[in-house]
This record gives sequence, C-alpha cells and structure tokens, in this order.
Amino acid sequence: MKTYEEINQRIRNGEAVVVTAEEIIDIVEEKGIKKAAKEVDVVTTGTFAPMCSSGAFINFGHSKPKIRAQKVWLNGINAYAGLAATDVYLGATELPDEDLLNKVFPGSFKYGGGHVIEDLVAGRHIKLKAISYGTDCYPKKELETVIDIKSVNQAILTNPRNAYQNYNVAINKYSDRTIYTYMGILRPKIGNANYCSTGQLSPLLNDPFYKTIGIGTKIFLGGGEGYVYWEGTQHNPRVKRGANGVVRAPAGTLAVVGDLKGMSPEWLKGTSITGYGASLTVGIGIPIPILSEDIVKYTAVKDEDIYTQIVDYSKDYPNGVNKSYGEVNYKQLRDGYIEIEGKQVPTGALSSYKKAREIAEILKDRIKKKKFELAKPVKYLKGKLGE
Amino acid sequence: MTKKRVVLTFPHEIVSQPVVYYLVKDYNLMINILRARVTPQEQGRLVVEISGKKKELEAGMNYLAELNIDIQSLTRDIKWHENKCVHCTACIPHCPTDAISLDRDTMKVSFDKQKCIACELCIPTCPYQAIEIVI
Repeated sequence: MKTYEEINQRIRNGEAVVVTAEEIIDIVEEKGIKKAAKEVDVVTTGTFAPMCSSGAFINFGHSKPKIRAQKVWLNGINAYAGLAATDVYLGATELPDEDLLNKVFPGSFKYGGGHVIEDLVAGRHIKLKAISYGTDCYPKKELETVIDIKSVNQAILTNPRNAYQNYNVAINKYSDRTIYTYMGILRPKIGNANYCSTGQLSPLLNDPFYKTIGIGTKIFLGGGEGYVYWEGTQHNPRVKRGANGVVRAPAGTLAVVGDLKGMSPEWLKGTSITGYGASLTVGIGIPIPILSEDIVKYTAVKDEDIYTQIVDYSKDYPNGVNKSYGEVNYKQLRDGYIEIEGKQVPTGALSSYKKAREIAEILKDRIKKKKFELAKPVKYLKGKLGE
Repeated sequence: MTKKRVVLTFPHEIVSQPVVYYLVKDYNLMINILRARVTPQEQGRLVVEISGKKKELEAGMNYLAELNIDIQSLTRDIKWHENKCVHCTACIPHCPTDAISLDRDTMKVSFDKQKCIACELCIPTCPYQAIEIVI
C-alpha cells in the first residue's frame, strides 16, 4: 500500500517508476500482481477522440466605451453570452448561422465551435462581433474586433462530458442507404462497424470503479494540464460488468476543465462529421497511482478482456430502442474485422489509438521529469452502487 | 504494353459521343473504367486505366486532346495530408483497394497513391479534412 504523498515524494526524488497502460500488461504478466504493485508507482492512460460535450469560457475584456455583450459571434460562430458583460461560452458543436446544415445532404460542417477553439489555441486571430441594447453603465451597442489567445483575459476549456468509459460499436443494419451518424459513415447491410474507445489505454477502463479518478484529479488535457471537476453528464456506473469489473457498455464519464492558454492545437482539433455536425477532438491522459494490488490489477486490463455492445444506428438508436446485436472485444475491433450475424465486417475507429499511446507516453515523460505530480481526489465519483 | 491512369474531363458538348468506343476500336486500347460521372448540362468525368502499345496509346491520347478533353494524371487527383491525419482509422473500412491502410502494430495510417482509384469514398469519412480531391 502506497499513499499519494509517498508517490509524489518519489516523483520529486526522481525515483518514481512510471509506465503506460500498455506496458503494465506485460509487467503484471511477468512479475505478478504483488510484485508489480510494489514496484510500479504510476500507470499513465490516454484517449483521443471527438468529444461533443466540450467548450470554452472566454472573457474577452472590455472595449471603450464598454458593452454588455448580449449576442456574440467568434469567426461567425455564435457563443452563448447570457453571462456577465464580456463572458461567453463557446460550444464545440455550434455552427455558423448561415451554415447549409443538412439542406444539401449530407452536410459537410467544415467549420464550427470546435474549429474556433482549435484556431484560438493555435494563436490565430479570431473575429469577434457583439451586439447589445445599451445600458447606462454599458452604452456600446455594437462591437467588432479581433481577439487571440493572448489578448483574452481567460480562456478556460470546460467540458461537461468527456472520456466515456467504453462506447457502442455502431452499425447500419436496417437502412438500405448509407447513413451519416456521429459514429461516422455507416454503409448498408452492416457494411462496416465503427467504434470509439482506446480500450486498454482508455482512462476509465483502467479504473473501472473510480477508485483513483475523482473530483480534483489532475490530468493531461489538450496538451496542457487540467482537472476533473465533476462526474460527467450522463455518468452511469450501473451498467453490466464483466467478472473483471470492466463495464460492457457506455458507463462513467468525466467533466474536465483546464487553461486553454497552456494547450496545443495538436491535442485539440476541430472536427467535421459529415451529415452530423461539428465537434472537438480532445486529447486526455490520466495518471493512475498504484495505491494497492487491486488498482494494479485493474490497470493491467487487456483489449481482449474489454467488451462492448453492437448497436444499430439506422433504426434502434434513433428510436430509443435498447438492443444489442452481440458483444465484441477491443482486440477484435482493433484487428480490423468482427463477425456480425455470420458476416465478416470491417471496423474503423473515431478514436485514435496511436495518439492515445503518444499521450500516455508524454504524461509518463512529464511525471518522470518531475513536471507533473499527482493530485488526490477531494471527492469520489458515484460508484457502481451509487455510493 | 504501357499503362496509364488518367482523369478525363469532358466538355458539355462531347458528353454524348462514344469516345471510349473509338479508343478501343480505332486505337486498339484496353480501357478499364474506374469511375464515371456525368452531371446533366455540365460535364463528364471519367477515371480510366488505359493500356496498349506505346504508339497506339500516344495516338489515342492525341485523339482525346483534339476533342478538347482535359487529361490529368490520376496520381495528382487524391491528396492525403499527413500533417492533418490523426490516425483514427474512420476511413479504413471504406477504402476498396487498401490504398489507405493501417499498420496494426504502430496503429499508423498510410496512403499508397499507386493503389488509389480516386473513388472518393474516403473523403467524407475524414473528420479532419485530411484527404483532399484535387481537380
């Protein structure tokens, strides 16, 4: 048994043993759980995928004379201004007012809120337009200016739902045409199957009962640093689990926050999902402290031991019908083909395993170089029994 | 035998002429149509693999040029921007020729121009606009 303080002391001393969620698999296999728990201090995880429930609070500062911005557009994308005078919230899926949407089907959604966030992080200039009705204290009624990441007072990435613990495999079983979903393009007659999780590298799949990831956990977020600030929206720990405790369907989620000024466009990418809309692809890495033998056992989970459900997105999902067409594991998914109703179906992912692996390596490196210490949660997420 | 993969763009007036038939009959060429699209009132686009004897192939291409048909080499047609690719693999199941492929060890996506038939199925699958058609 180790404590957070002991692990942080070892990080400060440059003695901490840090490995990725892939590397821990072999270590546990070779040395066993007991020895691995003793020797390893931290396991790093990673994920990189479109995460729609994302956005940023921006305070763009006062003009002269001042304006109480009532409606605000950033590069033509509406940002919610129902806050104080110069505070807005820019959502990742917001689209330009004049976007053709799906009028010419399928829409391409080339630029949206997520792209503005990427441009901002990249240091590019953003056109700001604001209108108001004018008050005695804020007389200005129209403002057109240019902002960038340096000129704004705050830019705080605040994502209400990220890092889903497992996700559906999407297929098109019933429609006779290609369908365009948030899970990508799905060809008819189960022409392909799309998934979106980095499996054995994914943060919450390595901590299935939320024993270390909780409110206040410090994380890698968009290339910079961030924190878990709450359970994510739709957080649902009460789904069916395997004997290893791992959820077999979408379950836990995280709400995360961090300073956009320290992030990088490599790990926050504007996303265009044909026929569906715009989004933001977010890179997240979470360190798991090896406090006990249980915890090291959870982090040693392998792709072949993580299962998920095959869901139809042509009829069932849109109509709220909860039905599974079988279970598959992430080894099968990542190998390129899965069997559905006797047919070999090619798989594609929306999450990037390669990028997730890079994130786990970067986080490992930061910890080893004493640039990143672990934070003990101040409150735990709702667990399996709702405790 | 010489082989050439080209994108032929037909002006509106020529769309109704059996150009491929003459290439086969008069120039003794083998034509494999990889992709064809005719937009009403506008123009036609044909992606073909043409093979035959070098001289006959040249003569055939001259015939096309005389008809004012624009000829572009196919390799210039689809561009994969490696710097924009995040290696998510959303495009992988859609590529019919394995021109876009995935190394399952490194999980890295790569693009082989030689295998690409410019079917364009991959273009809408990419969320990062990393694959581009250059016409």
